[in-house]
Amino acid sequence: MAWLAPSLAVEPDEVLADPTLESRARGISQGLRCLVCQNQSIDDSDAELARDLRLLVRERLVAGDDDQQVIDYIVSRYGDFVLLKPPFKLATLALWAAPAVILLVAGVAVFLYYRQSATAGGAEAAPAPLSQAEQQRLETILRDRDVSS
Amino acid sequence: MSKRVLYLIPLAVFLAMAAYFWRGLGTNPQTIPSVLIDTPVPAFSLPPIDGRDVGLSSDDLKGQVSLVNIFGSWCVACRIEHPFLMELRASDTVPIHGIDWREKNRQAGPSWLARHGDPYTLTGDDPDSKAAIAFGVTGAPETFIVDANGVIRYKQIGPITADIWKNQLWPIVQKLRGE
Repeated sequence: MAWLAPSLAVEPDEVLADPTLESRARGISQGLRCLVCQNQSIDDSDAELARDLRLLVRERLVAGDDDQQVIDYIVSRYGDFVLLKPPFKLATLALWAAPAVILLVAGVAVFLYYRQSATAGGAEAAPAPLSQAEQQRLETILRDRDVSS
Repeated sequence: MSKRVLYLIPLAVFLAMAAYFWRGLGTNPQTIPSVLIDTPVPAFSLPPIDGRDVGLSSDDLKGQVSLVNIFGSWCVACRIEHPFLMELRASDTVPIHGIDWREKNRQAGPSWLARHGDPYTLTGDDPDSKAAIAFGVTGAPETFIVDANGVIRYKQIGPITADIWKNQLWPIVQKLRGE
């Protein structure tokens, strides 16, 4: 049942006295990747580097930085990789746009496919009108049948 | 005919993506390219390690091409790298400055250097990762090549071996000296 317990890497001596600042620090930490155990945030990680980053985040908040300034500083050192949620910019355009583009292309392809088969089916249901020769043959057949019956 | 080609497009897209991801499987996720290449070294000023008078600050990295090596007495790979740094020091090729990173107590770094030899021209003490984070360090050892203007030009992740030195770092140092 261990996985039900909230993962708390933040140690008591790190926690700020001011609850507002502390909750901002937690929020920022949850969005920053631990560079040692890379699929954890620094808020979750027990790595020592993660601890030092948590302390740095808190130190900067106490010094009066806003959330974005703190994040910008760490990104300026480690690059966008440190953000668990990649930012939307030119370099990440393919990443963000791919799902929408693939959905759109697939949607258009499906639409075209069904429209095409629908018109093909329609042509079968309503065949071209008979030519004059066919019309005459038909009339002859019908007349002959009338006579024979 | 044109329709058949159309049906091959998803396969081509799949193969392109598969090739890209396959290549990704082979790269080492711990090797994160530094965003600090071609930017000035971060401003820092580290105190000396225990028992010494001179620390290391960003101003010390101007004037000539130098190496900045992040190490720690706790770091196994640093121990592997150390004999080669001693060789470099003995050959007086290029100054190596040390950042003693995250020592649990103040004596650990100095006694490690006393035991294994000290290859560093200047050494700074960085117990709480201030300078290490400023350099975007993710593990030890890491080595930065800093040019004469104090600009970071290269980052080596992991131990420097004789081979890596000869084929990668030394050519860069020589090129920077020519600038």
